[in-house]
Amino acid sequence: MADIAFLLLIFFLVTTTMDVDSGISTKLPPWEPPTETPPPIKQKNLFTVLVNGNDQLLVEGEYATIEDLREAAKKFLDNNGNGKCDYCQGLRNPASSDSPSKAVISLQNDRRTSYKVYISVQNELVAAINELRNEYANRKYGKDFDQLAEEQQQEMADAYPQKISEAEPLAL
Amino acid sequence: MSKFKKSTGGGTPAISTASLPDIVFMLLFFFMVTTVMREVTLLVENQKPYASEIKKLEKKNLVTYVYVGKPKESLRATLGAEPRIQLNDSFARLAEIKPFIIEERTEINEAERALMVVSIKADQNVKMGLISDVKQELRKAEALKLNYSTKKGDITKNE
Repeated sequence: MADIAFLLLIFFLVTTTMDVDSGISTKLPPWEPPTETPPPIKQKNLFTVLVNGNDQLLVEGEYATIEDLREAAKKFLDNNGNGKCDYCQGLRNPASSDSPSKAVISLQNDRRTSYKVYISVQNELVAAINELRNEYANRKYGKDFDQLAEEQQQEMADAYPQKISEAEPLAL
Repeated sequence: MSKFKKSTGGGTPAISTASLPDIVFMLLFFFMVTTVMREVTLLVENQKPYASEIKKLEKKNLVTYVYVGKPKESLRATLGAEPRIQLNDSFARLAEIKPFIIEERTEINEAERALMVVSIKADQNVKMGLISDVKQELRKAEALKLNYSTKKGDITKNE
């Protein structure tokens, strides 16, 4: 009896794969171009991230590393240039974004960019937004984002929307 | 003469193994319940990159997988080392993605079709050109919810 059970046990031990499927979620834009032309975005509300074929980063026109990206994105999103965002704690630099709802992160990569660098960049940008939401949640409710009720989480998400726009890859 | 004679020899008594089958059965049931059989055999290399800001994919029946990577070592001789797309159990061309997605979508019941998620399981060394092509095909197939499958960990491990 125990022998058979052992045999089965070893079989399941070997075949079992414990991996849970997880990853970075995004949404693609629809294929049909929108019928009305979107309103133009001011240059100062745009945070451009370019990744070239050698996996080098150009953030807002300057050479940068992946480690700097999170801080730079947070600074940009939380800038509060027009002073209308009462929950922002940014530097109010007039040359940077007006408010988190107007700020757009534009990401463009080369066809030769490697997937792992692309994922790292995506991860850092999403992390910047998540950190801002978490900080705001702590300020307003004294709790981490994960511990908030669903409508409060939605409120945080509306305060710092995830606006990452991806252009089609070019040869940079 | 004494009634309290010490039992001779033997040293320490053997541990009872009567409960062993119970323990083994318990473990067996645990693994039987948690095990997920691989539904596809991977034909491509699949070393997923690391990321920390990840979300779990909850409903397995709403998820469709697209694998991207170099063909496995054993298939290199015939297929070369250029990264390929794998759908279900076979290699596919870019143009086959759209019909595949549409077919997968019909298998989901109507109320949940909008919640369909495509999970791209790409090898970390694949170039973005191919991934972008896959994304364009997914846009054409109107499968807009996307998940880049990653391992949980710090991005500094992506070397």
